[in-house]
Amino acid sequence: MSTPTLRQLQGPAHTRIYAYGAARGENAVPNEDLVGPIDSSDEWIRQRTGIVTRVRADKTTDAIDLAAAAAQEAVEKSGVAPSDIDAVIVATISNPKQTPSASAIVADRIGANPAAAYDVNAACAGFAYGVAQADALVRGGLAKHVVVVGAEKLSDIVDPTDRSISFLLGDGAGAVVVGPSDTPGIGPTVWGSDGSKADAVGMNHTLTDFRDGSAPWPTLRQEGPTVFRWAVWEMVKVARQALDAAGVEASDLAAFVPHQANMRIIDEFAKQLGLPESVVIGRDIETTGNTSAASIPLATHRLLAEHPELSGGLALQIGFGAGLVFGAQVVVLP
Amino acid sequence: MAFTNDEVLAGLAELITDETGISADEVALEKSFTDDLDIDSISMMTIVVNAEEKFGVTIPDDEVKNLKTVGDAVTYISSNQS
Repeated sequence: MSTPTLRQLQGPAHTRIYAYGAARGENAVPNEDLVGPIDSSDEWIRQRTGIVTRVRADKTTDAIDLAAAAAQEAVEKSGVAPSDIDAVIVATISNPKQTPSASAIVADRIGANPAAAYDVNAACAGFAYGVAQADALVRGGLAKHVVVVGAEKLSDIVDPTDRSISFLLGDGAGAVVVGPSDTPGIGPTVWGSDGSKADAVGMNHTLTDFRDGSAPWPTLRQEGPTVFRWAVWEMVKVARQALDAAGVEASDLAAFVPHQANMRIIDEFAKQLGLPESVVIGRDIETTGNTSAASIPLATHRLLAEHPELSGGLALQIGFGAGLVFGAQVVVLP
Repeated sequence: MAFTNDEVLAGLAELITDETGISADEVALEKSFTDDLDIDSISMMTIVVNAEEKFGVTIPDDEVKNLKTVGDAVTYISSNQS
């Protein structure tokens, strides 16, 4: 008996982002509300981070609520029926339940049940990782339409007395729908990791240490200067690789949307990248704070609302964070 | 070609002025980066990266923490030039 030849899937040649959706924490939290426990001032925070206020969610709102709201908006704007969504990817580091995944619940809430669903843990690079996956899933024929969400409720994992990162962090979710396209809409992803710097940013304790009473509730910490050097001078190389891989120049960009880690990083990054003044830069951090996996789609959503002329233009997006991990790609804005 | 201590100090002062706007005249060996010059950790790292390029040295993150004064930086750069 001869072994039959297997059929393998092949999808369309090109993909693009159809639409963005966003959900932000309900409460604006100005610097003044946070300066007491860190013995600081509004000026100190503004000067070091560029943040004036950040958004944080109500106690009863969780990362899944934010994710579902952002995904719903993206799906509605995309014109794709929820039942035609084949996969839902949620990038998050702040879903307080390890299992079930946020993505399965989000898929159900937006009417995409029984879409494939899984979470991605790639911190502030999570959205770029998700877009890379969605692009590959569609072009590989495994899915036709994919929802990618970056969603965080970081206010659950901050320490009010921490001067390294807590005061930067906010809550929110941003989402996109990725699907087939007649023309190239998502450039090759340049991604990677450097686990030798795992201690540079991340949680300071484990949940088991907390359970055993040997450590307080785990919260985020970072080695600011180390992260800053890596986030600018190493990530600029990755950004250039993403431009090269896509076959475009910095001067071809309409927008640059780096992870909203810190305004000082964004400014220095743009300077090192040598962006022409015509390129609009995402600076959502000023009023949203650093929302990890959600920051890129939130910043892009805002750019598209404030600069509708960017539609159809190219945006370079790059995420980088705890792992360390990074991911970058050039996309056509919907 | 190796830089003299005076050249390193002058070059460092230039980098500090570029990053912070502090007058080069204020940059002296005994000055503390944080207490006297009020340079924050992010500006410090920018100066370090620019100094690496300018003087052809490598200044690891762990070493940056030990550079308390301008003199510490001049000494480190001078003694680590290739």
